[in-house]
This record gives sequence, structure tokens and C-alpha cells, in this order.
Amino acid sequence: MDLTAVETMREARSRADLALAPGEAFLAGGTWLYSEAQPDVTGLVDLSSLGWDELERTAAGDLRIGAMTAVAALEAYGRTEPFPASALLWQCADSLLASFKVRSAATVGGNIAKGYAAGSMIALAATLDGEAVVWRADGSDAWVPVAELPTGNGSSALGRGDVLREVAIPAACLAARTAHRRIALAEHGRSGALVTGRRDADGACVVVITAATLTPVVLRYGDVPTADVVAADALAAPGYYADPLGSKDWRRQVSAVLAAEVVEELR
Amino acid sequence: MRIDGRAVDGAPEPGQCLRTFLREAGATEVKKGCDSGDCGACSVLVDGAPVHSCITPAQRAVGRDVTTAGGLAPGDALAPVQEALVDHFGFQCGFCSPGMAVTASTLTPEQLADLPRTMRGNLCRCTGYRPIATAIRHGLCGDDGECGGCVRAAGAPAGEGVGASASPAPARRIVQGRERFTFDEVPAGLAHVAVVGSPHAHARVVTIDASAALAMDGVLAVLTHEDAPDVRFSTARHEHREDDPDDTRILDTVMRFVGQRVAVVVAESARIAQRAAALIAVDYEVLPAVLDPEQARSPGAHVIHPERSAADRVADASRNVVAATHEGDDVEQALGASAVTTAGTWRTSRVSHAQLETHGSIAWVADDGRLTVRTSSQVPFLVRDELARILGRSRESVRVFTTRVGGGFGGKQEMFTEDIAALAALAVGRPVAYEMTREEEFVRTAVRHPFRVSVRAGADADGRLTALAVDALSDTGAYGNHAIGVLFHGCSESMAVYDVPVKRLDAEAVYTNTVPSGAFRGYGLGQVIFAIESALDDLALQLGIDPFEMRRINAARPGDPLVVAGHAEDDLVFGSYGLDQCLDLAQASLAEPDDVPAPPGWLVGEGMATSMIATVPPRGHLADASVALSPDGQVTVSVGTAEFGNGSVTVHSQIAAEVLGVRRSSVTVIHGDTDLASHDTGAFGSTGITVAGKAVHAACETLRDALLRAGAQALGLAAEQCELTPEGVRALRREGMAHDDADTDDPATADATPLPRLAAWPDVIAALEPAHRRDGHAWADSGLDQRVRSVAFNVQAFRVAVRPETGEVRILRSVHAADAGVVMNPEQCRGQVEGGVAQGIGSALYEEVLIDGDGAIANPAFRQYRVPQMADVPLTHVMFADTSDELGPMGAKSMSESPYNPVAPALANAIRRATGVRPFELPMTRDRVWRLLA
Repeated sequence: MDLTAVETMREARSRADLALAPGEAFLAGGTWLYSEAQPDVTGLVDLSSLGWDELERTAAGDLRIGAMTAVAALEAYGRTEPFPASALLWQCADSLLASFKVRSAATVGGNIAKGYAAGSMIALAATLDGEAVVWRADGSDAWVPVAELPTGNGSSALGRGDVLREVAIPAACLAARTAHRRIALAEHGRSGALVTGRRDADGACVVVITAATLTPVVLRYGDVPTADVVAADALAAPGYYADPLGSKDWRRQVSAVLAAEVVEELR
Repeated sequence: MRIDGRAVDGAPEPGQCLRTFLREAGATEVKKGCDSGDCGACSVLVDGAPVHSCITPAQRAVGRDVTTAGGLAPGDALAPVQEALVDHFGFQCGFCSPGMAVTASTLTPEQLADLPRTMRGNLCRCTGYRPIATAIRHGLCGDDGECGGCVRAAGAPAGEGVGASASPAPARRIVQGRERFTFDEVPAGLAHVAVVGSPHAHARVVTIDASAALAMDGVLAVLTHEDAPDVRFSTARHEHREDDPDDTRILDTVMRFVGQRVAVVVAESARIAQRAAALIAVDYEVLPAVLDPEQARSPGAHVIHPERSAADRVADASRNVVAATHEGDDVEQALGASAVTTAGTWRTSRVSHAQLETHGSIAWVADDGRLTVRTSSQVPFLVRDELARILGRSRESVRVFTTRVGGGFGGKQEMFTEDIAALAALAVGRPVAYEMTREEEFVRTAVRHPFRVSVRAGADADGRLTALAVDALSDTGAYGNHAIGVLFHGCSESMAVYDVPVKRLDAEAVYTNTVPSGAFRGYGLGQVIFAIESALDDLALQLGIDPFEMRRINAARPGDPLVVAGHAEDDLVFGSYGLDQCLDLAQASLAEPDDVPAPPGWLVGEGMATSMIATVPPRGHLADASVALSPDGQVTVSVGTAEFGNGSVTVHSQIAAEVLGVRRSSVTVIHGDTDLASHDTGAFGSTGITVAGKAVHAACETLRDALLRAGAQALGLAAEQCELTPEGVRALRREGMAHDDADTDDPATADATPLPRLAAWPDVIAALEPAHRRDGHAWADSGLDQRVRSVAFNVQAFRVAVRPETGEVRILRSVHAADAGVVMNPEQCRGQVEGGVAQGIGSALYEEVLIDGDGAIANPAFRQYRVPQMADVPLTHVMFADTSDELGPMGAKSMSESPYNPVAPALANAIRRATGVRPFELPMTRDRVWRLLA
């Protein structure tokens, strides 16, 4: 929709341009920003002029995802099956409520920075031990595990003026086996629970619950747990919440059901 | 930027979305549905890639090629997928179609493989998606697209007359986005409004300070209660304005629900109006609010409309009761003597109509001095009458008209925007538009009345019902629009369909400090049918009687009186009866294999439900129609009713073609304008065919008879010896008559002077009686006040699978049998049934407008309010009973609201039989179903 309070729009071309004036907000894909009224946003700083759409393997084999990489680009890359964990790329992209048209504009960085519980790029990165490079407003850089960025359903540890520059996925995680389950109140509705899992070559296992909980729940095991164990851990996890897209008790219940399915698949 | 190849200058405003930029540049093929990237009506291609233009910064399209639905093919040509959407009746209102076509035109084979997943960003509220999915596959793959129902592919000729699947006249323009909806043409100098809503569920307005807003450049006026006439009315529109309580002001001094309009800014642009609205300071005295209908009618509850009385049609304002009935017999004795009994309390939710075109209107004073309103309405004549009354003007000084309306479902049988647009236009002396946002649709229009219905019923050992008692409580919200009608209609055909010796009805509609409830498809029936059909299912289970048989045993049939509880519906007659056929058809079809396999381990069960509906609303529904035939054989039908996807106008053209013997391509139907007819009650109560169509039929028959008389006179024959042809009146080929020189094989007439074969239209018109000549055309009219009503029937059945651990419900097979009388346009009628079932599935499984603890709407957007997507609507096998109705026209009955009504109880009964646990609350969301079984 029209952002009727916006007076100015400028393109960022350097780090210095990222300093926000009062009322300014960063514009990445714009798919969330333009989907709701933003009465307090009087200026936009467009990040698309910075590029930041890297999608490449580093010399060490890590996957480097520029913050402005379109979700659809990551999805398409995943479908080329470049590494064992690649299915999780498109599965998580397709776990968004967003249509393929939205995903072609929405960015990986925007999805993570927004911090929504159902932000499936958070689930992806958290499951693969992804780390975010944050350009702090004070000029410093910080490496933060993506799983630790969300602070609530729609809020993040990013301060005002902080920018998510890129996400890095370690090579070892790309070589892992993964599993993915989701459920919503409607078949393709916004996720009520998204459970993703990873099993490393050494047997170590990670199960991540998002969408059902306010912030990601990361369950780590030395070996693939039994369905009963992971279901019990899921039931005991903190942060389940209620909103129009699912009640708290149901989110907790189905998270346990899906977690059990994930570990069965990883066994 | 280039739009469909046309270079467009001008820079977007900061923060402007691409959709607004395109529409302001004249590309009105791009529709505004949700404004949040969820519905897809605004889809366009940017350099060939599809986007939702409402969430695309306009700046990002500068210098690029934008393609709308109007530019998918050169000139007036259609892209293949657009051709297929036309052929397959892939639209009803047509508001979603341009975006649907744009999106579909780009799909890859991989995306086609899971079409429901791919198309989740495109919502259609009308069709139920089946024809859209078929059209997309056919359009992209040709005959390889599993195309089953393609008229063209099947080699069948395009239908013309009654009984054929004639295509809507504007079909090609609709799929291009070129058919004009309400806001696709606007007058010059248009001003815009923004509404300030109450943050409180109940409050008195103390002061309104608009000085900061008025000081803004571009603000033309701020309207408050001081500017509004001190006249009360109801937003609900009926033929008799006394059907609804006068409890509403355009702008009031008391706020009775969160979001109620308190002030209106009129400004040069929507942007300025919205900014100014944020500057208006209102001081409120907060009053106690009551959000629950049971509390609202209990002693001690705060009174919401203390000044209203029976004179305003409010039954008991002191108890917050708008309408009540307590009638019928005591059921205790009959229940006590019954072999089996059942009792339960069922609840239904608030539902949003979610038609894709929001409410909106544009008002101005035309050159002829009349207040003129272009609006998205089902009832233009009734809006005109009430606007005139409120504004203290004569009816003749107001004109109201519609263009194509982007869906209604009852929501536009109300006056939610016209009053504001008119008041503002008169205040500022300029044309003013009030186009509601999607959020406003949720916050300040109306929802389906939530009901709490308690049923007690008993049956003897053979399954014959012995007693039926219904206790219904309807929550009408802050205002009583449609409160009375929905309550009484809801309890009428739902109870009358069963022949039960002892019946009891207690029903009340109650005010609460919540968003108003209003007219919604089914008009109360669905809510009460959910309870009664569930109770009947329980009796059948107890008795071990098949549920179809249970209905056969107990349904009223011709000869039986149609009794609600204390009274018979005297104006209801069995003009035809097809319930028996519907039960047989649905039962047989349900026995066929699943369309979708049941996942291993899920619980499977079948359920069904029946519904009856009167073919016309009670106490009179009026339509005037006229028909004119030009000397060159072109027919123009004028009728007041509006077209919002119901397909009535298509059927009207078929009726005219059939009766007048002309090609349908030479028939034009003009409609929805108070200048076109003297009166029309409007397009509600499924009256597009049974009333407006009947009026068209009568006018056409009158004209036909006049033309035959005139043509016969010109030919020197009797009228019975002539027939109508597209070219004129022709002598019938029958024994004893000569046609022309070559046709003289009949010795009896071989020597007679040959008669002229054909009287061409100009000669026929010249010979017409003066009463049937107007402006050089043949002309006839009709006026209909339909007071006797017939009944139509629907039977829905499902087989479902339920996963107890998660509450997921999967529909394995869905069948629907409808008794529509003579089906005038089978594909359109099938579409009405499929769309009704889809909306029913939405209400049954997904949709609920939620109210938070303060009375505010908690989910006022499509992102949180789950309108069914393509993936959520299964194939429904649709069958029609073979009946012909005495009341007509041409044997037809109504079939647009009613397919919705039996869906929720059929699903609930299927879930009950799958799981052993009965649902009592709608929607039966996954979390509720899981909790039922946990």
C-alpha cells in the first residue's frame, strides 16, 4: 500500500549512507514494509543500490548469502542441489505464507531482520548454524548466530540503524542431512509450527522449532534422539504463543508431533 | 516506465506503491483488492516477472516494462490463458481475474505441477477455483491440461438461449481487466476521504479538535456529527425501510464499537487525507462496554441504545434486544415420550464477506443538478431512496448507479460509504471518493451474525421426529442492520423443512459493543441449519438410521404445511419439489471413490446435511424491466438489478434471446442504474432470476406478443400464423399457407397470391400499437411484485479424513445436489454452487473475525483472516434435480445463496462420524479439532 507518511527516499551507496535520520527506515525487498500502514516512517533508505545479493561458496566451503539475496534466488539455488543440506533452502523458502511473486522480491536479510516467529529464513539459518554479520550503527561489526537474533514475534536484537549485511553457513552444516515439517491452520497459511532438523556426519543432531514459539527453540543432541525424547523436549520448550494463526496449546502439541517426525526422518 | 508498451512519464511519489502509480497513469486493469500482497488482484509483470504491484515500490519499476492483463496480448486479443478463463467460466465477479491471468501466464511446468501451491498468492472469493485451475491448465497446456469441461475443446457450439451455458457478455474485457469497476473511471477534480475511527468500544464524544488537520495544505473539510443530519436510519437496505431499526447516524455523538467513524477528512488526495486524519484529536468519555450477547441481555448490562423504542423497531432497548420471538408448543411431553432425544448448543463465528472489491462510492453533483453516486452496491434503488431521505432531498434529485460490482455476498445490501461520499461532496462542492481499505472492510462494515443455537429434538423408533425446539441468540453487534430479518429468516426454512408434530422457537437478536453484523449469504439460515442438521445426525446415529433416510422420513413434502413453530409460512408454496431427487443424487455420488486418498492412519467418516430456502424474500420484492427492439434488430433490456458475479445479466440476455427469437449477440442488458427503471428492490435474496429475470421475461413476452400482432397485421395474417426471427416477423410454414414462389408444392395454395414471407423490423415497428412504440423502437415493460414464494433445496455430503494428533481435516470427496428448477445456464449455476460450497468450507474450517478483550478486531487483514486459497477447496461433484417450478420464470428457481447453507453441518457430521466426537463450534479449525479429540 502507499506509505503515505513517507516524504523522502534515498539510495544507500556506502556505509555512511546507512546512518538513519529520525523517521527513516531501511527498505530491502519492501514486501513487508509496503504491506502495512507505516504512519511513523517518513523516509526510506533503499538498500538495493548496495548490491549485497551474494550467493556463493567461500574458499573454506561456507555458503555466503548477501542480505539482499531474494528468497526466490536462494530457493532456486537450493533446487540445483549443490550440497546435501540444499533441500532445506527451498523447503524453508516455500514455508513462507508469501506467494512465489512475493518471494522473488522479499530478501533473506529482510526476513531475518524482521524477526517474525514464522520467518523461515531464521529457521533455515538457525538449523544450519548460520551466523549473521551485523553492521552496527556505531560503525562496528558483529557476528551473531541467527538463532539469537529474534527477541520476540516481530522484534530482533538489531538496534536502530544496525544493518544485517550477510549470513554465513558453515561448510560442515551444508554437508549434513536435513528434515523439514510444517503445519498451519490452512494448508499454505502462515506457519503455526515449523520444525527443521539436521544430522551431521558424526551423528550430532539439531532440531529447531520456529513459528510456534516467540523465538527459535534450538534442541541439540549428541546423537539422533528417539521420537519420545524429542517430543518431550518440544513439549517442555518455552515460548509457545497464541495469535489468530494458532492457539498456544495446539502449537505446542503439533511442534512435538512434527519434531518426532523430523527425528524419525533423520534416523 | 512503459505500461503495456505505452511510455509513461512522471516520477512516483516517495513511498508510493506501483499499483497506485499504474492506476493513476490510467492502467485500471490493475485492481486493488487487499493492498497487502495477499490477494493478487494487482499482479503485473515487471520486465516479464510477476509481482504484487501493491507491495512493489513504484520507484523500482521506473525505466522498466510493466505488463498488465490488458497487455498480455496485442490489441484486443487474449493470451491463451485468458481465452481459457473465458471458455471455462473462470470468473464470476471478475475482480480477481486480471491478476489471475497475469500470474498464470508466466507459470513454468514445475509450477503447474502443484498449481494450488503456486497460486496461493491469488484469491478468488466467487468460484471455488475449480474452473480457474482448469482454465490455467488448459490455457498453458491445451488439451493436454486434463481439461474436462472446456466448451470449445469439446467441440460444442457456444450456447445462446435458456438452458445453454452462455458466456457472460463482458467476459473478454473482464479477463483483460478492461471491464470497469467502481473506481476504474473517476470524475475530474476528485477529492478523497479518510475516516477517523473510535478506539473505544463504547464512548461519548466530548470534543473533536480538527484545527491541525484543517491547517494542512490540501485539506478541504473535516466532517463530524455537527455536519451530519440528525436523522437516524439503518445501513441495511430492504424494500420496506421499516424492516430495520432506525439506530444509526452518518456521524454520531456516541461510539458503540471500536472503529466506528467519528470524523471524516476530505482532501485533495488520499495521501493528504490520511495524514490529516492522524492529526485529529478526539476527547472521549469512555462508557462501560458489553461484548458478549448473553451478558448484553442479562440484568444489569449497560444499555447500548437507551433512546430507541418499538417506534424505531427495537423490541426491548432496555435489555439490548432488537428482535425476539417466542412461539410454538411446549415440547417437554413429546420429548419425554420419544424413543431417542438429543440436545446441544452450537456456535458460529463472525465471518467477513471478503469480496475482493472493497466497498466504495464516488459522489458528485452532476450538470443536471442531481446528486449522483457511482457505487459498489447490490441495491442502488434502495440506496437512492434512503440517501434522499437522510439528506432531505427528493428522490428525483438523486441518481445512484453501479458499474460492474466486484462481489457482494450480502455485504453490499448495506449503505456503508454512499452517505459519507454524498455528505462530503455536498460539503466541498466537488466530486468525492470514499474507497474503503481492506482493514476498513473488517473494522467498519459488517460481518455474518454469530449465533448461539440450542436445539432439543426427539424421534420415535422409526426415525420420525417427535419434537423440535430451537433457542437462538444472534449477536447483531453495535447496530441492528439486518438483525430482525436474519433472525427470523434464519429460523424459518431451517425449521419448516421438517414436518414435526411439536415445534418450539425462542429467538432473540441482541446488541453488543462490537462490529455490526449484517446480511451475509444465507441470511441466518446457515447458522441455524448447522445446529438442526447436527442434532438430526445425532438422532440418526442413536437410531442406527442412515442420515439420508432420516431426511426422507421427516422432510416436508408437497401437501404438507410449511410450519416454522407457531405459524405456517402462508406465502410459501411448493412450486416444485426436488429434495427427494437431491437426496438420491447426493447419496449415490457419495458412494463413488475418493478424489483424494486418505493418508494412512487418519480416521475416515461421511456426513451430510440438507437445506431449504425460499426462492424470494418475504413480503414483496419488486423489479421493473423494459425491453426495446431497434429497427435493425438490436435488443436492449433495461433492468434495475446489479451484477456482482451472480450471472443474472447473462441469464437475462438468454431469456430475451429465447423469447424474442433473436441471437444473444444482438441483446444488450443495461442494469444497475436508478435512471434505467422505475424501481428494483435489488440483487439480494437470490432474486436475480426469480424476480428480476421474471420481470425481464414478462417484458419480453409482452413485446413478443405485440411484435407478432404488428407483424401479422403487416403480413395480413393472424398472430398465431407468425413467428419472430432475428430479421423480423415471418409467416409460419404450415399447411394452407404460401411462403414464396419457390415454395408452392402445396396444391391447395398453389394458385393463391403469394403472401410476403417476412415483415422486416422497420415495417413491424411501424405497425405497432402506439403503446409499444418509443423513440422509433419497439418497446414493452413489466412491473413485478413477487409475493408468492417457492422453495429450493440443497444437499451436501462429504467424506473426510481426520488426523487426531494435529486436527487436520482432509476432504476426500465432496458432492452437492441442488434443486434449482429449470437450470437456465448450467455452467453459471454450477459456478454458483461451487462458489457457495467453497465459501461454506471457509466458514466451516478456516474463517473467523476475532474480537479482542477490548472489542477491537484482532485479525483485520487477509494475512490473518484465512480466506480459502486454491489448495483449501476440493473438487465438488455438482448435480441438479430435474424439476420445473410453477412460479418460474421458465421453471427456474434461485440458486446463489443456498449452496452455502448445508456445508458446515455436512462437514461437522462427517468429522463426528470419523472421530466419534461431535463439533459444536465453527470454524472447526485444526486447533479446535485437535482439542476435541485430545
